Amino acid sequence: MTKLEQAFANGKAFIPFITCGDPDLDTTAAVVRAAAENGADIIELGIPFSDPTAEGPVIQNANLRALKGGVNTDKIFELVRELRKDVTVPLVFMTYANVVFSYGADRFISKCAEYGIDGLILPDIPYEEKGEFLDYCHKYDVALISLIAPTSENRIGMIAREAEGFIYLVSSLGVTGVRSEIKTDLSSIVRVIRENTDIPCAIGFGISTPEQAHDMAAVSDGAIVGSAVVRIIEKYGKDAPAYVGEFVKAMKTAVIS
Amino acid sequence: MTNSKGRFGVHGGQYIPETLMNAVNELEEAYNKYKNDPEFCKELETLFNEYANRPSRLYFAENMTKALGGAKIYLKREDLNHTGAHKINNVLGQALLAKKMGKTRLIAETGAGQHGVATATAAALMGMECVVFMGEEDTRRQALNVYRMRLLGAEVIPVKTGTATLKDAVSEAMREWTKRIDDTHYCLGSVMGPHPFPTIVRDFQAVISKEIKQQMLEKEGRLPDAVLACVGGGSNAIGSFYHFIEDKSVRLIGCEAAGRGIDTFETAATISTGKLGIFHGMKSYFCQDDMGQIAPVYSISAGLDYPGVGPEHAYLHDIGRAEYTAVTDDEAVGAFEYLSKTEGIIPAIESAHAIAYAMKLAPTMDKDKIIVVTVSGRGDKDCAAIARYKGEDIYD
Repeated sequence: MTKLEQAFANGKAFIPFITCGDPDLDTTAAVVRAAAENGADIIELGIPFSDPTAEGPVIQNANLRALKGGVNTDKIFELVRELRKDVTVPLVFMTYANVVFSYGADRFISKCAEYGIDGLILPDIPYEEKGEFLDYCHKYDVALISLIAPTSENRIGMIAREAEGFIYLVSSLGVTGVRSEIKTDLSSIVRVIRENTDIPCAIGFGISTPEQAHDMAAVSDGAIVGSAVVRIIEKYGKDAPAYVGEFVKAMKTAVIS
Repeated sequence: MTNSKGRFGVHGGQYIPETLMNAVNELEEAYNKYKNDPEFCKELETLFNEYANRPSRLYFAENMTKALGGAKIYLKREDLNHTGAHKINNVLGQALLAKKMGKTRLIAETGAGQHGVATATAAALMGMECVVFMGEEDTRRQALNVYRMRLLGAEVIPVKTGTATLKDAVSEAMREWTKRIDDTHYCLGSVMGPHPFPTIVRDFQAVISKEIKQQMLEKEGRLPDAVLACVGGGSNAIGSFYHFIEDKSVRLIGCEAAGRGIDTFETAATISTGKLGIFHGMKSYFCQDDMGQIAPVYSISAGLDYPGVGPEHAYLHDIGRAEYTAVTDDEAVGAFEYLSKTEGIIPAIESAHAIAYAMKLAPTMDKDKIIVVTVSGRGDKDCAAIARYKGEDIYD
């Protein structure tokens, strides 16, 4: 069992997302530690991109703030090196294909392995294009996380059978961002996933409250929360770590209850 | 990349969220079903001829030819199409296809507003709902086109993110499509984005080179020596080049927007200054920094103000079949004024980039040589902005 799969072994998982460098990398490091200490099972680290086409306004703005602050891929690798001195929770990068491609796929993914990144989420790499990075991911043993969407339908089995690490099930149509309710029939999608693979499946997009996280985790193996975390960081800035810690604790409690 | 579709050499592909994959697959399937369907082709041809005023003229620019003293210059008058630009060719094709697919709503991005106006027009004609995303900066530069779109019944949404120009409008249209797929077709305006868009848009625009070839054979009894067109995403250029790709004697020349110069950061000349990357659904050349962040490009022309280029152009560049050159704001404005005064034709500032290069190229060629320049659109929309560029304060 990989480190990512193990993260789901102690009950339902809670997976927060953080945009690196928003508002600065020291705060990001403190937020990651607070999340890890308060029960995050995996942490998604966003490498900002100038034009994040899969994101709603909250994460778009976090990306722009981080880039304006001067963060870049090299500085984020250094952040990971620093974090890995004491943080043991699995870490995955979430970014866009061009960030990896322009760095050099081999160089980027080998560095992920060397610095302690367990997986890679690239929302603009669908099943058909994963060949772009898959060989390097296999070579260096970094999971390329597959996404499944409410519109995947006939594609679910194909994607699930080759999925690695965990499956990121997108809760609703549209981009990331807080939603008041999630209407997709997720349990029937999860059923098809489970017919095709044993690897865990976590649901993300639109989840902001403990109640939603509980409901999503109840029909899957965990809940992923991005915009709601980023909003806390946006609101509290350098003071965010304590607030994110509290939020993570509440969400983790909700998913396992 | 065994599964990857829509490749032009290494370029192209489908780098989009999983949410959209079935939508593009459905589009590809529908396109393959209808593209050779006699009824669909006939309907489209009727729309082209009766509604859009095709075929567009191939006009011998005698004054310009004499004044420049070199090759004969012909202008392919896409500016005479209904709505005033080549954009209508693609839009009528896609709108008809969307209708066959049972879609009732068109969304589109627009830069200069020409594609937005064309989409709003087709939506009005076919009784479809229409939403156009336009960079806020461009809504100011092209206020008249915003009014036209609204007049045609479309909703225009100013996009405030990023540089508030064409690339941000594309991103926002893509986001909107992931929100609402069932009844909505994304009517992409250029030969870019994920497969099958670069192929579909090229096929609908290829009517330009099909006509040029026929008209040139009628008028001159031979093929031209060079075909010139401006390149942003590259739809009028690929349309002008397509039926000449196999005719190796015909030089194909794309004119990119250099903005204030390719040695400055204020440029949109992708092939001259960009590098290979993945963005907006495709692998191609993009203006970007060392870490893969997309560059905030600049051109006086809102329609060429885009940091990427269509994958087929990237491929034609790689194999050396087409040449790409960069034309500055100053040169384009010069050509805008030149064509107006010399031929009585006010070209779009986009098209003026191609005219500018023709003005350099023609004098270097013998008088028995022939150049075709595609005038992709008319310049009425640009008059206020050019006046401002020249320091004259006039109202739109």
